[in-house]
Amino acid sequence: MTGLSFDVSHLLAGALVLVSFLLLYQNRLFALLNVFALQAVVLSLSVAWQAYVQGAPHLYITAAIALAFKAIIIPVALHRIIARLGIHRDVENVVGIGPTMLAGLALVALSVVVMLRVASEADALAREDLAFALSVVLLGMLMMVVRRNAVSMVVGFMSLENGLILAAAGAKGMPLVVEISVAFSVLVAFTVIGVFLFRISERFDTVDARALDQFQGDRQ
Amino acid sequence: MIDLAVNLVFQLLQMLLVIGLAPLLTGLVRKAKARLLRRQGPPLIQPYRDLARLARKEAVVAEGASWLFRIVPYLVFASTWVAAALIPTFATGLLFSWSADLIAIIALLGAARFFLALAGLDVGTSFGGLGSSREAMFATLAEPAMIVIVFSLALIAGSTQLSTVAAFMASSAVGLRVTLGMALIALIIVAVAENGRIPVDNPATHLELTMVHEAMILEYSGRHLAVIELASMLKLLLYISLIACVFTPWGLAIADASIRDRLLGAGIYVVKLGVAGLMLAVFETSIAKMRVFRVPDFLGAALMLGFLGALLLFVSRSLK
Repeated sequence: MTGLSFDVSHLLAGALVLVSFLLLYQNRLFALLNVFALQAVVLSLSVAWQAYVQGAPHLYITAAIALAFKAIIIPVALHRIIARLGIHRDVENVVGIGPTMLAGLALVALSVVVMLRVASEADALAREDLAFALSVVLLGMLMMVVRRNAVSMVVGFMSLENGLILAAAGAKGMPLVVEISVAFSVLVAFTVIGVFLFRISERFDTVDARALDQFQGDRQ
Repeated sequence: MIDLAVNLVFQLLQMLLVIGLAPLLTGLVRKAKARLLRRQGPPLIQPYRDLARLARKEAVVAEGASWLFRIVPYLVFASTWVAAALIPTFATGLLFSWSADLIAIIALLGAARFFLALAGLDVGTSFGGLGSSREAMFATLAEPAMIVIVFSLALIAGSTQLSTVAAFMASSAVGLRVTLGMALIALIIVAVAENGRIPVDNPATHLELTMVHEAMILEYSGRHLAVIELASMLKLLLYISLIACVFTPWGLAIADASIRDRLLGAGIYVVKLGVAGLMLAVFETSIAKMRVFRVPDFLGAALMLGFLGALLLFVSRSLK
């Protein structure tokens, strides 16, 4: 493996982790969606580079699917949902940016330490990709934990799934069928979540998850 | 022996060059900002005139000011000048280069900031104390960020000595590294905050409730103020030189270069300063100042970028 191909994939995967941090940093919804679309673009670049390095043409299809679904369809749809719910002016601040960033850094360090040790038999490119993919997954989970707005939680879930695609692209031999079905199941999940969002906002007049905590079911 | 003499001459030349160019750089930034706002703006040499005027005026010292208040301007100026003299601006391998350590530079700047904050508290006015406390708040975030950046750079280049770092960056061994990009952005954020440029502090206003640097030096006048102003101009030049030396070392005369190369390096350095000054002016006119209590978030981003860069570096090093 030449130094340059490793450096470029390191650059792209590192940029993906950085964009995950940017997602945690944003507190306005439209900016959040733009960063999410950026993450999808970086992801598809990274997957396309893996396709080039591994000589695996089916990964180009994965990259194209990531670009079409994650960078265009889902952000546009979320944009319209936010506009229809009328929450585009909301600013949310949950735990505070400082502690969130520290927690995120700790998660990245954890996944690097774990993955470099666990996958010590795989080649360098795959190990590195797995380490960064686990960081992106954990950062997506962190995003779902610290946010209260249901739309931000959806974005956290989707960015978690970006990490899974990165892992799948790094591990050689993932069949195309699995990737396509994962992509479509995400789209289905997104549709279901969209319906839920509207139901929640109808019922509680808000998409703030705190309102759900006080809900006691049908007991009056 | 003759080498030593040549190196000494160039070291002195560099010290004179930085102090001579610092007011011009500030003048350039002010002029460019004014032109971008479609104003005429003061002439480029206005900062020199201001300094000369201040130096001629009588220095008024507040009642109750201690001896510290009088010597702080000179302490601040001296440590900033020494720090600026250590940075290889147009040539590496000058006489002081063996001590041109990034950590030493941070320590010198930290000492300057400490004394300035003490002077702000010394007179006992409310504005001085406010400025000092804010400066300390920013410093607690900016300095760790700077140190983490230095660690990443040192891990890549194998040394904290600026000449070695610059020589490494100019060679082709650098490759493509995401850590360097993160370090550059983080260093720019720290530089903007340390120099009190626009998103953090507005260098052009007085008597505004959000001011930081100007609040600390509000009680100074005459030659004391001139020295402090010159020190802060020098600090801006220092940060730009640092970024230029580490991230754009092209044209830098490496040690043992001929005299012609060194002069050429000086010309290129002046061009780099001009470009950086214009970029700073464009950056400052295109954004608004942020609230004081949002500045920790801004600086925290620099700290986070530094840490993340170090982590990514750890990954790529343990794999290669």
